[in-house]
Amino acid sequence: MLRHLLGAFGLFLLLTTAAPPVELEDAAGSYRIAPAGSRIAFRIPKAGGGAMTGSFGSFSGSIVIDGRDLSRSQVEISIDPRSVATGEQRADRFLLSDAVFNAPPERRITFRSMGVKRTGDGTATVAGALTARGETHNETFHVALASMKGGRIGFHVTGRVLRSRYGMDVGTPIYSNVVDFDMTLIGARN
Amino acid sequence: MTVLWNTEERYGWVAILLHWLMAALILGQFTLGFVMTRTDDQRLAFERIQLHKSIGLTLLALAAVRIVWRLANRQPHLPDLPRAEARAARMVHAVLYALLLVLPLSGWALVSSSVLEIPTMPFGLLVLPNLPLDVSEAAEAFWASVHRWIGWGAIALVCLHVLAALRHHFWLRDNILLRMVGAERRE
Repeated sequence: MLRHLLGAFGLFLLLTTAAPPVELEDAAGSYRIAPAGSRIAFRIPKAGGGAMTGSFGSFSGSIVIDGRDLSRSQVEISIDPRSVATGEQRADRFLLSDAVFNAPPERRITFRSMGVKRTGDGTATVAGALTARGETHNETFHVALASMKGGRIGFHVTGRVLRSRYGMDVGTPIYSNVVDFDMTLIGARN
Repeated sequence: MTVLWNTEERYGWVAILLHWLMAALILGQFTLGFVMTRTDDQRLAFERIQLHKSIGLTLLALAAVRIVWRLANRQPHLPDLPRAEARAARMVHAVLYALLLVLPLSGWALVSSSVLEIPTMPFGLLVLPNLPLDVSEAAEAFWASVHRWIGWGAIALVCLHVLAALRHHFWLRDNILLRMVGAERRE
């Protein structure tokens, strides 16, 4: 029994240490964010439990990774708020109304990075300017390199944004002021 | 002198206060319910709906207090009325009391069955659980219809109640309306 346990533990060590960590520097280059496989999802906790969840279906952007100086890397994302989907049409209409996004067709939600800071092997924080509903504020997102294969690079991005800063505080405290973003961004090398 | 408890001749202050407070809140709720469903500004509409829910639950709590108070108190005598009229008055009062419970409960059922699943948080103070009801478009539409029609029915009955009170005051010249403001007619 003990031998089996030790064997299983050895296999676990082998699997977890065999693959070398992916270095961000290896990924140096210019990428465009590919819609296929990418996902920008959000979650707004509700009082008493549960949350309103949704995602944006239409977005574009670019990622430039500077191999020599990671802090000079750049990220730009542009989201069409009209592509919001919560699974409930009335909620979508409400989000698109003057109460939340108040989005004429030309007004998009944008993020433009201003600084990238490495925090570990394959992880970094990206600080930048987030613009929504005509308001711009500095926000920071946590990025983890998730995959790199055949000219495609994948990141898992998380971040918390206070919606009140963008004039979208409708519904607080029933719905939290904090919006949790959970994104998978796939970059295709240019 | 009007006291706390009802007597055989007059209502006490608690009954009078509950009557007029609830009357004001019910008229406010009816107006708010009418306006909130016709508000274009979506933020304002959302806030009005939450206020409507908060006042509705306040009314439900007040209805419970009022019913307990009514059961614990004697009722002032009705003046000499034709038997059919007395029976109608008692019936309208009984239905009004029932509506004090049924109307907010049907609103609570509506928000509980809504697929939007918006939490109920009266005045932003605490989260009230939903009633254990089926959550679906059909259930929500059903309870919305029930709440709307009971609301219209209630306001029609309130109008009848007000007209009857005015008739007693101006035409029959009795104490029915005055005793609900803690006064009496001086002949």
